[in-house]
Amino acid sequence: MLHRIVTLVLKELQTLLQDPQSRTILILPVILQLALFPFAATLEVTNNTLAVFNEDNGNESLELIKRFAQAQAFSELHMLYDETEVRDAIDNQQALLVIRFPADFSRQLAAGRGANIQALLDGRRSNSGQIAFGYLQEIIENYSEERDNPANRATPSRLVFRHWFNPNLDYVRHIVPSLVAIITTISTLIVTSLSVAREHEQGTFDQLLVSPLTPNMIMVGKTLPAMLVAISQATIILLAGIFIYHIPFVGSFWLLYASMVFYILALAGFGLLISSICLTQQQSFLGVFSFVMPTILLSGFVAPIENMPVWLQYLDWFNPLTHFIVIVKGVFLKNIGLPLLLHNLWPLMAIAAVTLGAANWLFNRQLD
Amino acid sequence: MVCLESVQKHFKGSAKPALTGFSADIFPGAITGLVGPDGAGKTTLIRLMAGLLTPSAGSIRIQGLDPIADASTLRGMIGYMPQKFGLYEDLTVLENLQLHADLRGLLGEQRSHTFNRLLEFTDLARFTSRFAGKLSGGMKQKLGLACALLGQPRLLLLDEPGVGVDPISRRELWKMVNALADQGIAVIWSTAYLDEAELCQQVLLMNEGQLLFYGRPAELTSRLQDRAFQIRNISGNRRKVLALALCRPDVMDGVIQGHNVRLLLRPHVALPDPREFNAGANAELVPVAPRFEDAFIEALGGGPGGYSELAHRLQPIIDDNDTVVEAVGLTKLFGDFAATDHVNFAVKRGEIFGLLGPNGAGKSTTFRMLCGLLKPTSGNAHVLGIDLKSSASLARQQLGYMAQKFSLYGNLTVKQNLMFFSGIYGLKGRQQQAMVDSMTEVFNFQALLARKTDTLPLGFKQRLALACAVMHGPAILFLDEPTSGVDPVTRREFWTHINGMVEKGVTVIVTTHFMDEAEYCDRIALVFRGQIIAAGTPDQLKAQVATTANPDPTMEDAFITLVQSQPNPDLSNPAPAHKATS
Amino acid sequence: MNRTISLRRLRALCHKETLQIIRDPSSNIIAFVLPVLLLFIFGYGINLDSTAVRIGVVLEDTSPEARHFADNLYGSPYLDVTTQLTRSAMEEAMIAEQVRGFIVIPVDFSTKLKRAAGPATPLLVVTDGSAPNTASFVQNYLRGAWHEGLLQRADEQGKAAAPNITLEPRFWFNASAESRNYLIPGSITIIITVIGTLLTSLVVAREWERGTMEALLASPVTRTELLLSKLLPYYVLGIISLFLCVAVAVFILDIPFRGSLLVLWGIGSLFLASCLGMGLLLSTSLRNQFNAAQAALNAAFLPALMLSGFIYEIRSMPTAVQAFTYLVPARYFVTAMQTIFQAGNVWPVLLNSSLFLLMSSVFFIGMTALKTRRGLE
Repeated sequence: MLHRIVTLVLKELQTLLQDPQSRTILILPVILQLALFPFAATLEVTNNTLAVFNEDNGNESLELIKRFAQAQAFSELHMLYDETEVRDAIDNQQALLVIRFPADFSRQLAAGRGANIQALLDGRRSNSGQIAFGYLQEIIENYSEERDNPANRATPSRLVFRHWFNPNLDYVRHIVPSLVAIITTISTLIVTSLSVAREHEQGTFDQLLVSPLTPNMIMVGKTLPAMLVAISQATIILLAGIFIYHIPFVGSFWLLYASMVFYILALAGFGLLISSICLTQQQSFLGVFSFVMPTILLSGFVAPIENMPVWLQYLDWFNPLTHFIVIVKGVFLKNIGLPLLLHNLWPLMAIAAVTLGAANWLFNRQLD
Repeated sequence: MVCLESVQKHFKGSAKPALTGFSADIFPGAITGLVGPDGAGKTTLIRLMAGLLTPSAGSIRIQGLDPIADASTLRGMIGYMPQKFGLYEDLTVLENLQLHADLRGLLGEQRSHTFNRLLEFTDLARFTSRFAGKLSGGMKQKLGLACALLGQPRLLLLDEPGVGVDPISRRELWKMVNALADQGIAVIWSTAYLDEAELCQQVLLMNEGQLLFYGRPAELTSRLQDRAFQIRNISGNRRKVLALALCRPDVMDGVIQGHNVRLLLRPHVALPDPREFNAGANAELVPVAPRFEDAFIEALGGGPGGYSELAHRLQPIIDDNDTVVEAVGLTKLFGDFAATDHVNFAVKRGEIFGLLGPNGAGKSTTFRMLCGLLKPTSGNAHVLGIDLKSSASLARQQLGYMAQKFSLYGNLTVKQNLMFFSGIYGLKGRQQQAMVDSMTEVFNFQALLARKTDTLPLGFKQRLALACAVMHGPAILFLDEPTSGVDPVTRREFWTHINGMVEKGVTVIVTTHFMDEAEYCDRIALVFRGQIIAAGTPDQLKAQVATTANPDPTMEDAFITLVQSQPNPDLSNPAPAHKATS
Repeated sequence: MNRTISLRRLRALCHKETLQIIRDPSSNIIAFVLPVLLLFIFGYGINLDSTAVRIGVVLEDTSPEARHFADNLYGSPYLDVTTQLTRSAMEEAMIAEQVRGFIVIPVDFSTKLKRAAGPATPLLVVTDGSAPNTASFVQNYLRGAWHEGLLQRADEQGKAAAPNITLEPRFWFNASAESRNYLIPGSITIIITVIGTLLTSLVVAREWERGTMEALLASPVTRTELLLSKLLPYYVLGIISLFLCVAVAVFILDIPFRGSLLVLWGIGSLFLASCLGMGLLLSTSLRNQFNAAQAALNAAFLPALMLSGFIYEIRSMPTAVQAFTYLVPARYFVTAMQTIFQAGNVWPVLLNSSLFLLMSSVFFIGMTALKTRRGLE
């Protein structure tokens, strides 16, 4: 029994690792994503272009413009001189943001009154615009505080910001832990679902069915290799995160790997389900793709779950990746304790039980 | 028509050339057979003539034109049917024809005229709106031929049109092509069926890229006059007789023909006494006419001998004369179509039981139910008294299975496949290693152990599949067309092993399209439209169709006559070729 | 080799391809079901606007002043506020991701507030940095709410507001700054990239695998005809799914569309040509459906998602990565789609995009033509 399963697992690993083309398919995405995502997947705003239309010529506006130009967010500053230029700058995406000082700006301030500055944002890039807007607001606030005569103080409090787990709001710390979860997802599904479909197509599945192997052994024989591959890939990313991207790992490796096992079981259940419905590789490729896309897009990796409509948030409970990303980030960055972990782990266990059970039922019925 | 002048072809990355210095002429109005074992270079030669490959050296001239340089002129003159027929399975018969007609510029009245003629010729007129993928193998083959004929070619290239096709369809195709040759078309027909080759006006006999013989088949066969004999009235075990005979130095080749054994003697040897083969007191040696197959075997240096090292190494199974496989009212419905319809038979231990029948007759469905791969709609299939659908894995430990299509792990090496299949059947440790070594020796895998299975020649793939099916010493062996597409020498080797294993007590259930192989069976069930229409020993079946005009029919005659004697209830709705894997 | 095109042969091949598309369920799923499904996922699932950021207020000081301050936060439409009396309880809530950040109102808040002068009271804001985008929103919204509160308080006390400088945001094209208004046009790009490359990546490989290519090559078909017959039917299919996506975006997801359909069709065609070309190139070079589809996904989907500027700001990427984005056709189509949807026909942007798309389609189709050989070697 044990020996037969070992034989199955060994065969699966040989199939996956021996052929250069399939080896590439396993390794290349890991390297690509590891190299690309942490750099590219950022919503930070840096090195952007700011345009200024200054109708005022006072010292205040010049001082502020000087400070804007020093901001991290902007590496280029364009001066604009009329309305058409303002329109073009936004229309043609020459600038992310146009700041417009009204003609009476300095005069108003000098007169001790408040003054308004207009910020024109490109609605096609409203997220970046808002973030850049936040930076500018901070600069203006600091400036007004400095200008302020303490005697005249009406701002008795100020805000001090602390970003926990990620002091500089560095996107890498969000991306790399999420990647651990995402890569595990893709490889588990590919190894389980596509390899079963390939056996169907090549007729080797019949060979397994006429052998003394039971459907349960075949399932274990497909799940274990997926687990080995996925865990190794996850480890590569984890190590890269710690040693290359210097993200402090604060939690327990044991908890992380234990949860990973349950997560992979849940996914292997989905993969085996897809494979027992699809007969050809092309079909299961489509099946996997149609499953992976929503899984990743709705996992909270790209956009926060709380921004989704409520009904979708409920639906997302069935998405194993949602729970696993919380776990990975929690263990990696926040050292969450066992109670909190279990809160996210039991849905994974439930999903695993349901999908594996269903897959087992379908596998056993496959002789019809 | 075609002049080949010292044509050579080397493929990048392979040590041996695929073709070496080939010279031959091919004439119009005749069928030229291209015969040779696997890897002889038949397909390469055909592709060179079709202008799909460029020769490395030498020249090919088709009516004085070069297939590459003058492609645009020649493509209109050449009809080419590739091995897989080149049909679009998701297009209907008519749409396939229309596509090829448009591509070849066959328009207007001429087009409808040609369509009518070809549809009538191929007898496909009733099926024009059927998807090509839903046609049976024989019909696909005819459609492929019709598509190749659309441009009214002067040269017709057919690459192994007979593989996996039943004798009836093969015979029909042969007639059609013969009619074309009579119209003056030059036909090149590559085949592994040597009875077909025998009927060709000329043959090119190839081996490993070399031309061994070029001329009329009769010329080759006539060299073997007085060397072919049949041992008749055998009273002992005919399989043992054959094995003994094949081990003798004066016997070059031998096969079983029903109750008789046919031998080809080496040149210039004295006639052996049949009693030396334990054939019994009444056995007699009767001279028979040599066949092209004899010549083929001789050209390749003789058959593989009668001793099966494989069988020798297997543990004998005690012959208790029990019924080991039994089908009772076995029925499988796909929708309202009965692929297998109340089939009954029983196979005793140590028998070779053959399932024969045309494509789509329900052989595969029956076969798959016996192995437990399909659940019967009603009725039962018992193996060793156990119902396989309730899937006792203990019973499956007793089975060996070799699928119709090659189905080992193509991207694993030979050794890995051997280790895998012995492993899942529970062999381990030293015992497993010993068995893998043993198979390596028996089948000469030593040099191939690290090769990926996909890259093996077909003959070795089949050998490996057999090895994987028998390593665990099964009591029952299921072989689904084990020798499809394999050359005669390798087929002989297979049957030596099968015979040897049967002598050890193994029960074999086999399907085949080769009628000469059916002769090896102890009993045959002829399946047609899901039912068994005839059953018995090969000689009984042949006797059923013997007439005064044909007192000594071949197995193929018996097959065709029996199938065609069936009433033809509804021709417009013959058995759809359902996918066996679905 | 005959290089001319015969319209009859081309028509026959296109007809064949069309029949195959109609009869192949997977083509239909890729072309019609997948895009709509994906669009809904993008439309509902990908929203960067934290409309109600969950934040917490730790009221260590429960004086009326402190409560008054907290009231400002409750009033904000952007915040969904939870109150706790101790920091530790709030910290736990943040680790469990029940709140994305919190503000602490310290014990001495009211006493310090009553002092007329002296240094300003620091108010600590803690955010969950593991979700950086949300953390920035917490920061911005809290700052806004706090500012609002100050002005109000000054007003109530009858004090003239300090000479404050206010930065007033105004969004062009997308007045309410809804991220879906640009994310959905962008996501149509991703969808078209995926289906365009996926569709064609399968077709040539399929002909090789099924042995039909050999029969075609032995017929008088020319290379150009073969190539065009693989492009034209899938182009029609791709354009249909592009307009299907646009229709879903406009009529179901209520995304404003300000440009012209004709311009969309023109630029869409150029983009499709380059996607289809890329798929064909992969299919022609790999000749294996499985690998071609995998490669298509890696070569098309990932760059389109990551490097097109659809979500992630290209200008913020390292220079090397930025340089690479110039090679990604999706980058130009994302810009074009966002512009056509939100800004209308802004010619400088659209012409620039078209030029790059034209170059990339010429590149991919040209490479495919080079790779398409007559013959089996």
